[in-house]
Amino acid sequence: MNYKMMGKFISKILLVEAVFMLPALLISVFHNETKSVAGFVWSILITLLLAGILMVLCSHSSKSFYAREGLVCVGMSWIVMSLLGSLPFFISGEIPDFMDALFETVSGFTTTGATILGEVEAMSRGCLYWRSFTHWLGGMGVLVFVLAIASGGDSKSGFTMHLLRAESPGPKVGKLVPKMKTTAEILYAIYILLTVLDIFFLLLGKMPLFDAVCTAFGTAGTGGFGIKNDSIAGYSPYLQNVCTIFMLLFGVNFSCYYMLLIRQFRSVWKDEELRFYLGAVLASILVIACNIRGLYATLEETVRHAAFQVASIVTTTGFATTDFDLWPSLSKMILLALMLVGASAGSTGGGFKFARLLLIFKSIRRNIRQVLQPQKIQVVRVNGQPVDEKILENTNAYLAIYVIIIVVSCILVAVDGFSMMTNLSAVIACFNNIGPGFEAVGATCSFAGFGYFSKLVLIIDMLAGRLEIFPILILFSGAAWRHR
Amino acid sequence: MKIIIAGDGKVGSTLAKQLSAEGYDLTLIDAKAKVLELSEERYDVMAVQGNCATMETLDNAKVKESDLLIAVTNADEINLLCCLLAHGMNPKIHTIARVRNPEYTKQVYEMRGLFGISMMINPEGSAALEIERLIKYPGFLKRDTFAKGRVEIVELRIESGSKLCNLALNDLEGVIKCSVLICAVLRDGKAIAPNGFFTLKENDRIFVTASPQNLTILLKNLGIITHKAKQVMICGGGRASYYLAKALIGSGIAVKIIENDKERCVQIATLLPEADIIYGDASNEFVLESEGIAKCDALVTLTGVDEMNTMISLYGNSCGVPQIITKIGRMENSTLLNSLPIGSIISPKSLCSNAIVRYVRALRNQTGAARAIHYIADGQAEAIEFLVDEGTMHCGEPLKQLHIKKNVLVASITSGFRQTIIPNGDSVFEKGNIVLIVTSAKQVIYSLNDIFE
Repeated sequence: MNYKMMGKFISKILLVEAVFMLPALLISVFHNETKSVAGFVWSILITLLLAGILMVLCSHSSKSFYAREGLVCVGMSWIVMSLLGSLPFFISGEIPDFMDALFETVSGFTTTGATILGEVEAMSRGCLYWRSFTHWLGGMGVLVFVLAIASGGDSKSGFTMHLLRAESPGPKVGKLVPKMKTTAEILYAIYILLTVLDIFFLLLGKMPLFDAVCTAFGTAGTGGFGIKNDSIAGYSPYLQNVCTIFMLLFGVNFSCYYMLLIRQFRSVWKDEELRFYLGAVLASILVIACNIRGLYATLEETVRHAAFQVASIVTTTGFATTDFDLWPSLSKMILLALMLVGASAGSTGGGFKFARLLLIFKSIRRNIRQVLQPQKIQVVRVNGQPVDEKILENTNAYLAIYVIIIVVSCILVAVDGFSMMTNLSAVIACFNNIGPGFEAVGATCSFAGFGYFSKLVLIIDMLAGRLEIFPILILFSGAAWRHR
Repeated sequence: MKIIIAGDGKVGSTLAKQLSAEGYDLTLIDAKAKVLELSEERYDVMAVQGNCATMETLDNAKVKESDLLIAVTNADEINLLCCLLAHGMNPKIHTIARVRNPEYTKQVYEMRGLFGISMMINPEGSAALEIERLIKYPGFLKRDTFAKGRVEIVELRIESGSKLCNLALNDLEGVIKCSVLICAVLRDGKAIAPNGFFTLKENDRIFVTASPQNLTILLKNLGIITHKAKQVMICGGGRASYYLAKALIGSGIAVKIIENDKERCVQIATLLPEADIIYGDASNEFVLESEGIAKCDALVTLTGVDEMNTMISLYGNSCGVPQIITKIGRMENSTLLNSLPIGSIISPKSLCSNAIVRYVRALRNQTGAARAIHYIADGQAEAIEFLVDEGTMHCGEPLKQLHIKKNVLVASITSGFRQTIIPNGDSVFEKGNIVLIVTSAKQVIYSLNDIFE
């Protein structure tokens, strides 16, 4: 285990985090929020100090850095980043309990959007900004950001592949271009461009600048922290529709956008995952709109709410324009199913991913055919390309561990005595990085009622869900820490 | 610059390692997903799986936007077809093909034109050339020539009892009575850039820059006997053996090849009527002795198995063969091998990848680019040859006034009418001179101006 190299990498991430706290500090200064100013100043100083200590301690590191170090590094960075990211909330006294502050920050970085706050509007502007910004940073991944700006040596060796793989979700992660640094730059360029477009369209609908920026951050990272108590419900129908569209856009695999940029329209049009994703979204909107007709005054309102909620849940954002807990059970069931699936691979969304579901369906179909024609050799194909058996195996294993984690977490969370639906939906909402669940953790409620232990379980679930389980799981494995 | 490497074998991955470290956009093509996965994890490259001689795969690897294609799969025909297709799809692309079959070597020039290939490389051929030069000039472990043969860098091992043992470099000229420069010392596997107070020790391997005339004086004064080889024994009858035997016979040296495959023996016996071809197992001491290993002037082990080459060379050393040359395919264990008395080590694969890296660098920077690059001290240092041209800064200024980067040494300056000089602080270089630079392999020097701070 090359601890020094890991320390060096983590110190870089802390530096980036400290720099990103500066805008929040400026906003606090601008609004004269003395407590938040103190909170951010201290947080920045502590983060810088820690980064400096790590850098000095780990200055003479050997270069040996392999898959194991890469994976452990990802898990560790996210934990350290979350611990320090929660300091502003805690020091400023906005969230007096450290466990709550940590829950809120992890929920931010993992783009979950589950909150323990009852009164969001009571929070200071600086903290609100930081809370939304954690979504934006966590959405594309901070390690990818470090790769994009890291100069020289680090990005040239192959281990950085593990960092990209761990942070950008999906069964098979490849580079867009030969160089890792350029790939990371392209991903961030697309991400920034889409975010700016989102802000622009929100401003067109007369949303105040601060609200527009925070909402765009929440949408881009598919996070879901609102800055109003009623999430997006208070905004005009136009703004709600803008949010719906951009949520869906951020739930698409980013390599599709790259294909559009290099004018390979055909491969985007033929992309099976994209078709599956859009098809599922349209079908869900249609069924839910029929199911909830009569609840709202006009057809436009019905479709708008159905579309918004479907987009919000399927991309694992978790904004709300209405309390969907009051909807009939068919609609709720569809939403629960969408929660489990999540967005596309390579997007900023969480969940099991449409790409994996597609592989599972195809391998099940193959198994059925195999029974009927045992002699026939069958190859699973996606987009016309044969899929490696190893990827199919990994996907099946992922499904198994995914279900096991949900069941175990449900049992652990159940100690707090909430209803079955609450526990199940809370775990699913955290593990898939969605945010709100049903009943006691529904769109209008918060996670404040859970005890320390349950919150800790949910925090681990959120991190595991964001990093696709393994980088967090191996931190608990002795083999990862043993000396070589 | 965008480069495609077709074939992710030993040469392919060595190239991927070297070229990705230099920051090129690399795409690797191979039919096996497994090896690609490994390379993708180790180096910053993109991998495309498929047959590199199909247009579909080449299109996936974006051949139309690439500047260079290097075809180094193990099949000559695939390499040629791959270059031909790439050239058809993108007429501007440069192509390098590895072609090893001796039957093709006669038609290299015709094929280059027909297939649109910029460079054809034959690892066994270049290894044979390298071995031939070592045999013709014994005493050195390795020998690299620069400035059209007017400067050489040679590698010597300091044996116990040598005059150089426990000698400080400041006193060097008094002992060997000619002007040479020790530009690098390899001690315990680490390369050192020595200064005047550095003291040489037994078993150091030193890298000496000198003109050919001074090398002869050096050898004479050090008491290393140089007598011309008359009888060479080659173990293994592969392609490299064929090239080497042919060259040696051409310069009047008697060659004996030991090969343990009957059919192959007949084949080379047909191709090389002047050579003695022995059908037998070269790893058998009895065979070696009965063929007169003790009497031959040089032993070259060229079988396909590294371990066997090492064993035979060790045995040759115990029999007192004056010069031993060992072929090693896998350079991963070079630290261990260098500690064994197996003479000079030749690796056709690294010769091949070095030649390609040299070509790539020259392509990147057409003017002021390095004219020759050789790796010395186990690849820890590079010796690079430059031509001083209009673009070169600080012409005519004494070296002691220039701010030259750390770990960069100006090893020699050769001019048209003056002889090669080993520079001191008062030396200057002028337009038209050939300058030899020795630098740590970690820093990349693309043009002569890169050596200045």
